[in-house]
Amino acid sequence: MNIQEAKFEYLLRLGDSSLIIGHRLSEWCGHGPILEEDIALINIALDFVGNATSILAYAGQTEGNGRDEDALAYLRSEREFRNLLITEQPNGDYANTIARQFLFDTYMFFLYEELKNSKDETLAAIAVKSHKEITYHLRHTTEWMYRLGDGTAESHERLQNGLNDLWMFTPEMFDMDEVDALLIKEGIVPDLNKVKASWEKRVKEVIAEATLKLPETTFKQKGSREGKHSEHLGFLLAEMQYVHRSFPDSNW
Amino acid sequence: MDFIMTTYSKDQIFNLLSEIPDPEIPVINIIDLGILRDVKFENNLCTVVITPTYTGCPAMKVIEDDIRCKLKEIGIENIKVELVFSPAWTTDWISEEAKEKLRAYGIAPPDHSTVDKKVLLGKARELKCPLCGSIHTEMISQFGSTACKALYRCLDCKEPFDYFKCL
Ligand SMILES: [Zn+2]
Repeated sequence: MNIQEAKFEYLLRLGDSSLIIGHRLSEWCGHGPILEEDIALINIALDFVGNATSILAYAGQTEGNGRDEDALAYLRSEREFRNLLITEQPNGDYANTIARQFLFDTYMFFLYEELKNSKDETLAAIAVKSHKEITYHLRHTTEWMYRLGDGTAESHERLQNGLNDLWMFTPEMFDMDEVDALLIKEGIVPDLNKVKASWEKRVKEVIAEATLKLPETTFKQKGSREGKHSEHLGFLLAEMQYVHRSFPDSNW
Repeated sequence: MDFIMTTYSKDQIFNLLSEIPDPEIPVINIIDLGILRDVKFENNLCTVVITPTYTGCPAMKVIEDDIRCKLKEIGIENIKVELVFSPAWTTDWISEEAKEKLRAYGIAPPDHSTVDKKVLLGKARELKCPLCGSIHTEMISQFGSTACKALYRCLDCKEPFDYFKCL
């Protein structure tokens, strides 16, 4: 594997995670618990899709085979997607969505903070831009962690259940392989151990402050690096890609 | 010498493009907002450099189309619209004049971006109602009618209003 191939693979991981969690969030459109939250979640979804657009466009340029962001988003099948498993998990109830967003937003916040220093200028520029937006997302989900965790008995229980269910997908976020090793050496991407330390500290603080318990699950579910996904991704892609595949290359 | 360069100066092009309003906030134009970064002429190609406010901003495509239309009106056919991310757009680029236009339109303009950083760390913001000027206002939601706005309400005149978030 050379640097270019590693970079393409890494960009797919970043871009796919944003695309898939953005699409998941967009499913809340018209179903939010209150109007303001409906609007908030859709705004955040839009930011994720915007971030995915920039990153996948750059992935396509890096690959150099003429694939643009649309080709990468709409014309790959399940096994070719590299998004983290947590991003494809169904929305569940509102507390479940908040738990997923909180765990992922915190990760993205610390990861992109590091990516801002990337020696790859394009990636650094995208990271600077996206980090500003992620800061708002994280603030939003953190506030809801407090509100639901330290809310009623029911909201507390639902949020705790959400955290417990999703916890097994979190170790995957910090997995590193030869792609990471190659790019870390070039100063293009950060060592995820550093991101992990910041993530763990922050997540523990918020969970405690929200009167919740740190999940005890030690089971780890991984597979996205090899394109092994949960059953949910196929259904999501079927919906997301349907129009583009039915009417290839049509413009509107 | 090529035709375009001898016919139009950079200032003239900026002037022309200042007629393009932001599609979502039509009282301010793309120069007021800091979206238009540069205009370059090379051989017969006119390159217009723009930067997005938010990465997912759906208005960027509309703005790009508007730029092409405007330039074609004065006979420039060979156009490239280049999207750059660096330096990242900041609300500090919105001119004072444009902030006044926002206020008159009913949108509370952004503070200096350092102020929002304090707010992100948990400090309360003192935001003036763009309708009655009262500072007794409160945030309803961090996310408003578009990606760049938050939703507030005035406790005195009771009107809801948009606040242009700092970035
Ligand atoms: Zn008022």
